[in-house]
Amino acid sequence: MNIWIAIGVTALGCYAVKLAGLLVPAGALERPLVRRLAALLPVALLAALTAQQTFADGRTLVLDARAVGLAAAAVALMLRAPFLVVVGAAVAVTAGVRALGG
Amino acid sequence: MTSAGSGLTLLQTCALSLLVFTGASQFALVGALAAGGSPFTAAAGAFFLGVRNAFYGLRLSQLLALPRAVRPFAAQWVIDETAAVSLAQPTRRSARIGFLVTGLSLYVLWNLTTLLGALGAEAIGDTDAWGLDAAGPAVFLALLAPMLRTGTERLVAGLAVLLGLGLLPVLPAGVPVLVAAFAAPAVLWAQGRRRGTGRGDAKERSDAPARGGIPEEDR
Repeated sequence: MNIWIAIGVTALGCYAVKLAGLLVPAGALERPLVRRLAALLPVALLAALTAQQTFADGRTLVLDARAVGLAAAAVALMLRAPFLVVVGAAVAVTAGVRALGG
Repeated sequence: MTSAGSGLTLLQTCALSLLVFTGASQFALVGALAAGGSPFTAAAGAFFLGVRNAFYGLRLSQLLALPRAVRPFAAQWVIDETAAVSLAQPTRRSARIGFLVTGLSLYVLWNLTTLLGALGAEAIGDTDAWGLDAAGPAVFLALLAPMLRTGTERLVAGLAVLLGLGLLPVLPAGVPVLVAAFAAPAVLWAQGRRRGTGRGDAKERSDAPARGGIPEEDR
């Protein structure tokens, strides 16, 4: 049930901001500070989420096969690999390290 | 996809994809729920990731000039990809076609792959052994990398990583990510302040670290 609540709240919220962009008169959100903040918020959230999902096990910090997988993804990104290759590299390397007993 | 490995049912996974339809928010919600976060902190993180779509909508509404009656239907497709394609078109007509084609094909493909991924994950069983728990952070990293254009973005990202990891052991699940979001206004505020003090109030800036340092030396 909790999951359905979360899905419902997220769906409504995400739809509302999409619609707001189309309906709101241009001046209201075009202030430079608001634009800068809207561009930087995803940066902060994505960085924190990346770090947590790589190094967190519940509420403790660990260094395991996922870190190696993420490093592979970072290398793939630097080589300008397409999205699916980046994700595939992370998955394959993580599985490989685990298979080797890492 | 990864959500099936995080305790969501097939129906929940597909509903999330159909209703939310903005990738980063979906992954964030799933990740926060998997970590044991409450539905509301999880939804808040996902919501903040979706806020950028409002700014795509702003640009698109001028470009596409859609009739008011159509806007509620078009809104669901206002995402990174449709904005990128539409804004790159030279004319209003081609922008509208670009928006429609990109929106429709992505919506169908995205939800089909979600269904297949969820079915596949159910069939695999132990998703961790296949390294699928690394897919989530890799997706975030791939979304994040093109955003790190200047020092400001990198500073925000670095601060957010420190906050997100540092607060993880002490705050309830899902909350550290929301606190990490404050890295964005904090860096903007610090930059605005530096610019402000640079103009004439340099004295206050040089005093500040000294004042902050004294109590530490006393200890």
